[in-house]
Amino acid sequence: MLKLYGTELSSRLLLGTAQYPSPAILMDAVKASETAIVTVSLRREMAGGKSGDKFWSLIQSLGVHVLPNTAGCHTVKEAVLTAQMARDIFATNWIKLEVIGNHDTLQPDVFALVEAARILTADGFNVFPYTTDDLVVAERLLEAGCEVLMPWCAPIGSALGPLNLHALRALRGHFPEVPMIVDAGLGRPSHAATVMELGFDAILLNTAVAKAGDPVVMAAAFAKAVDAGHMAFHAGMLEPRDVAVPSTPVIGRAVFT
Amino acid sequence: MRLIINGEPLEVTSRTLGDLLGELDYEGDWLATALNGELVRAAARSTFTLNEGDKVEILTPRQGG
Repeated sequence: MLKLYGTELSSRLLLGTAQYPSPAILMDAVKASETAIVTVSLRREMAGGKSGDKFWSLIQSLGVHVLPNTAGCHTVKEAVLTAQMARDIFATNWIKLEVIGNHDTLQPDVFALVEAARILTADGFNVFPYTTDDLVVAERLLEAGCEVLMPWCAPIGSALGPLNLHALRALRGHFPEVPMIVDAGLGRPSHAATVMELGFDAILLNTAVAKAGDPVVMAAAFAKAVDAGHMAFHAGMLEPRDVAVPSTPVIGRAVFT
Repeated sequence: MRLIINGEPLEVTSRTLGDLLGELDYEGDWLATALNGELVRAAARSTFTLNEGDKVEILTPRQGG
């Protein structure tokens, strides 16, 4: 069973809560995905507004763990303060740490990410860092106190799927005991199965489900793909080979001459 | 007293952060507050004094990925 910061989880799929056509479809998609963790954000509330309360009531009714994020933060200070505010509201030490470094690719500023991870870990947070697939950055994040890593496989919302299988394999191979969640860039269930077949522990999705033609069915499809990839990794997959090998026994075949 | 609330200038009469939320009709239970870039926990709002030009952030749970 997947274990993140001491919490055992029944699912290897984490689901974002943004961009769904309606709150009802979001709820149905969460149920169909069988996820145990959803991500949420913090945003400015207008005076007199209660939209935050409505959304939060909906999330609470789902009975899943909540992973707040620091999405949209571009500096260490912004990310640390947002994490502290999230802890004050959600009463959890979990934080999905995002420190964005580039507007076009939304790729993380890994230098600021490591610094923020160090500060937040020292402050008692359980940091889930959204990072690249860079091996050395992963090492620095572990040194900073992170016990979970969340490498991207492609830019957020791009649906490109795993762009650098070599880098992902290297990460998995170097840190076999560290729970790793592939976060961002997945577009279709086969992408999820591919990274799970590499031995990753879980995936985090949002856009690929929320913007699908039928988000609820797509959530279920991703859940099956995650399970299939995970099962296949542990079942021991056949290595590819260049020559054909008959699957039907050759011995005992009829000879018509 | 003039404050900057969620990036917008606003004239208010409240002297504490707790009173300010009431004055501005923030009814929600699920709010997080910061003053001049520092967290102010929910329990500390009623005693947290405001000063001219303070920057207040009031956040709430939203959809996120």
